[in-house]
Amino acid sequence: MSTTTPDVHSHDGHGDHEHNPYHQHHFATMEQQFDTSKLGMWLFIVTEILLFGGLFVGFGLMQHQYPREFIEAHEHLKQMISGHPFPLYGAVNTIVLLVSSWTMVMGVNAAQTNQQKKTVRFLVLTILLACVFLVIKYVEYSHKFADHLLPGMFYGHQAEDLIKGTHGYATFFAFYFMMTGLHGIHVVVGIVLLSWLAIRAKRGDFTSEYYTPVDLVGLYWHVVDMIWIYLFPLYYLIS
Amino acid sequence: MSTHTEESHSHHGGPKIYTANLFALLFLTVITVAAASFNFGSANVVIALAIASVKATLVALFFMHLVWDKPVNSIIAIAGFLFLGIFMMFDFLDVSSRVKLLPNNMPNMENATPAPDSMNPLKTAPPRPLEPAPAKAEEHK
Repeated sequence: MSTTTPDVHSHDGHGDHEHNPYHQHHFATMEQQFDTSKLGMWLFIVTEILLFGGLFVGFGLMQHQYPREFIEAHEHLKQMISGHPFPLYGAVNTIVLLVSSWTMVMGVNAAQTNQQKKTVRFLVLTILLACVFLVIKYVEYSHKFADHLLPGMFYGHQAEDLIKGTHGYATFFAFYFMMTGLHGIHVVVGIVLLSWLAIRAKRGDFTSEYYTPVDLVGLYWHVVDMIWIYLFPLYYLIS
Repeated sequence: MSTHTEESHSHHGGPKIYTANLFALLFLTVITVAAASFNFGSANVVIALAIASVKATLVALFFMHLVWDKPVNSIIAIAGFLFLGIFMMFDFLDVSSRVKLLPNNMPNMENATPAPDSMNPLKTAPPRPLEPAPAKAEEHK
């Protein structure tokens, strides 16, 4: 059932005022409906914060236990730029995600102000930036795979690391792949949601009266950005 | 663009504010990268986390509309970070007050003889079962 205008007019007792087709009968007003959805989204965001928070705590504890190994291991996340190690992939991806957050919020703003074409354009831009992020992530991961910088028991970068008999390097890459991987899955989910939004926006579903899905996916997308804001310095810039 | 009438929802943000916020975030990113190239000792992590928190706050306030929203959403967001803070605080208190981090039956990897297979959980033998301690104690008597 993908009707653009769900029939809620059959319910009586709404008076004779103009009725938004997306207004569900158990909400008094559209505003109440919007606020309720938004509250639910924020509760979900808190679970996301706690999910990644747990992983950050684990990372912090392991860094506390293997400080030297973590610093040595994180050098593998850097590339040589004119003779100096610089986290090129990480830095570029940070910028890509920040700009995508901006295109997202501009898309929400366009939906709020009834600018349908602009909404679609900004949503598509956000999807493209998300894809750029994943492509860079793919290139980065392939380098790690080629060097056998793999998590846990699969770690096999240098024989001397193994002889030293420490879990530090393998632990670093276990956390690196777990956290950036989980973040990457969130980006993929974001792309799916944004594509759905772009299709609906093109169809003309969203108006200043009803743009809840754009707003909520926007919140999700900013959380993905926010997690990366913490991932970047903790993984790529530790010293 | 800004002349659009305010509808039922109050949204006071605008493209200008969002763009300014983006440039602030990009500027802070440059600062983080620059700060990491200096050696402030253990303060480096604190500086990096402080800048990241400022950036996260900017995202939450302006991109996620918390400044203009109903306060209940901010309360939920702050509660989330508050409990994450409690979680972190007690975990780090626990770890920093312990003498030994590894379980007793785990071989001490730092002093182990060179053995590459020890990295591989599939190849390492399972830990030996604990000796029947009470029986031993009686032998000495």
